[in-house]
Amino acid sequence: MAAPIDLHEVAQREHEARSRYPWRIKACGSTACLSAGSASTISALEQTIETSDLALDAVVIPTGCMGLCSRGPLVRVLRRGGDETMYQEVNEDVAIEIVRSHIRNHEPVEESVLDAEIPFFAAQERIVLANGGIIDPDRIEGYVAHGGYVALQKAITEMTSEEVVEEVRASGLRGRGGAGYPTGSKWGLLAKSEGDEKYVVANGDEGDPGAYMDRTVMEDDPHRLIEGIAIAAYATGASKAYIYVRAEYPRAVERLDRAIRVARRNRLLGRRILDTEFSLDVEVRIGAGAFVCGEETALLASIEGRRGTPRLRPPYPTERGLWGKPTMINNVETLANIPAIVNKGAEWFSSIGTPSSPGTKVFALAGDLVNIGLIEVPMGITLRTIIEDVGGGIPDGGTFKAAQTGGPSGGCIPAEFLDTPVDYDSLRQLGSIMGSGGLIVMDDTQRMPDVAKFFMEFCMDESCGKCVPCRAGTVQIHSLLERICAGEGTFTDLRHLEQLCATVRDTSLCGLGQSAPNPVLSTLQYFGKEYEDLITIQTVAGVKEVADA
Amino acid sequence: MTEDTSSAARARRGRDKPADASADTHPSGDDRFAVIDKHLKRGRYAQDQLIETLHIAQDVFGYLDDGILIYVARALRLPPSMVYGVATFYQLFTFDPPGEHTCTVCTGTACFVKGANDIVAAVAAAYDVPSGETTEDGLLTLKTARCLGSCGLAPVVLLDGEVKAREGADLILAALETMVVPEPVGAAAEGGES
Repeated sequence: MAAPIDLHEVAQREHEARSRYPWRIKACGSTACLSAGSASTISALEQTIETSDLALDAVVIPTGCMGLCSRGPLVRVLRRGGDETMYQEVNEDVAIEIVRSHIRNHEPVEESVLDAEIPFFAAQERIVLANGGIIDPDRIEGYVAHGGYVALQKAITEMTSEEVVEEVRASGLRGRGGAGYPTGSKWGLLAKSEGDEKYVVANGDEGDPGAYMDRTVMEDDPHRLIEGIAIAAYATGASKAYIYVRAEYPRAVERLDRAIRVARRNRLLGRRILDTEFSLDVEVRIGAGAFVCGEETALLASIEGRRGTPRLRPPYPTERGLWGKPTMINNVETLANIPAIVNKGAEWFSSIGTPSSPGTKVFALAGDLVNIGLIEVPMGITLRTIIEDVGGGIPDGGTFKAAQTGGPSGGCIPAEFLDTPVDYDSLRQLGSIMGSGGLIVMDDTQRMPDVAKFFMEFCMDESCGKCVPCRAGTVQIHSLLERICAGEGTFTDLRHLEQLCATVRDTSLCGLGQSAPNPVLSTLQYFGKEYEDLITIQTVAGVKEVADA
Repeated sequence: MTEDTSSAARARRGRDKPADASADTHPSGDDRFAVIDKHLKRGRYAQDQLIETLHIAQDVFGYLDDGILIYVARALRLPPSMVYGVATFYQLFTFDPPGEHTCTVCTGTACFVKGANDIVAAVAAAYDVPSGETTEDGLLTLKTARCLGSCGLAPVVLLDGEVKAREGADLILAALETMVVPEPVGAAAEGGES
């Protein structure tokens, strides 16, 4: 058996290797920037350095997401000694110019510089995304140089498993998948459950359209997730873990697979981790395109190779999960918080955010906004700060209409509630949910009934068909919405819509059905007039409501 | 995406029989089954490998037909009904060969807000093909994707895997026009995209 990794030595070597170059150019190689063409940016940077005889002066490092995806490809130029310049929309030409002007002549390419002091960056607090734009996701050395795996070492060599559970409980961390169940309590349940074999599952089945927080963690900092999983397994007595990844994320699968292999080789996974008695195997399982598999019991069925249909709870997975064995499912972002909590302590973590929702939350900002991308902000920040400062407001002088959180399970929040602090409980009170972190902003050109119809179509397609309220209800709600949106609805339809939404919400088997009516109910609540207008227009047009009589 | 097209092209050409089919190949002589066999063996024929196995099968064949499903069912000792049930449950499995070219429109929320539905409607109308299906001449498959996670580029369309960002329906149609060209009569069937 190979000797375990010496974290201190690897970190030191990495720091030395880094300081060898006067210039380090970090280029975003995450999915959003790759879509914007960063692969050719990176090769242009490398080639120009090569041909300009600057190979000893500068090195190009592909990194994970820097956040401001709408201005991609993003590039950071770091000078030894701390001086840093950020560039936006770096195509091949700009890349060549950066090397020729900035690196060679020390003259930044002013017209492409992105001010790193703008609120988009300044208002953020990065725990989960701390390494985004900093390390090369494919090199464990980079992760270790930034304090990686120290928490795992601390947990398994200095703490009992009970102490780790207690630390997580004291931190107040809540599940980042959307529902916000206290993570420490869940860990405690698995730790207490009897069984010769227990499992930890990382839920990376991020199905909400417009949400890519978990993908970013898995692609850009895979070792952070692996470390979080290993600590969770140690704390709960699990010896096997699965990472369930959407099949739509091939790059995440590839990077996780590689990271697991490397971690095993360095004795950070596998048998007798870091020469302790603790052993853990981690395996990646790939979904195949089913939104419902984000629900924990459906996800377990899918890992077992079956149709991803949910089942009734209890028994909860912590009692009976994978193959009937006690199993705990944590969201990817939840687990990515764990190393920092173990390193810096529960007190530090709970000092961030609000008392009921400590820590940060990663959001994928999208829609009618100036700044689109991935942000990590402390809980309790107001929607207004996120939208107007971080997001830069509505482009082209448009007017804000609604913010949609929680994807197809969430709701639309109107302008009058923009000063609501973002935490689990406040959003729920508004009829929406925190959800996994999609935050889509709409300006006043969007018709809310259309938005509700869009989400209902999604839920209708994704309903697994197991229970009647969801299977049949979503179809009926969708057809009512279609009629209303087409201007053919009646006030009876509107009444039926409300009743049906309540029925589907109250009687569906799993979270998908229970939350599917949220987009309709919240738009009815806040934008009810738009629905009524669609009906009134038609009534005025003279097509009298025979059905209503 | 480009790989999909090429494997699809292979699938359409029919199963090329290797001249020296060894004893342990599939009865049809199709060596692509060997790829599946290798995966099954590595997974020790565990039944929970079903979804992974179907992914591999679709990778090599381009789509899943009854013969492939039955082959997987026998290998994993699962009832064919269960394999069929699993394969049809998940959206990424497809049972028809894809077209020569693929147009995938992202219909995630951000793209919806930026008018993705108009693009789907425009392409569907221009090529007379409903979303999720292939034109009768087998040239173009129109698909929608839940969310490609590049919301900063919305609306996003993939044309044969190439990203088209922030382009409206008219630009997409123009790009498709140069991409999807019916083959001149008499051209060899091999002269595809791959």
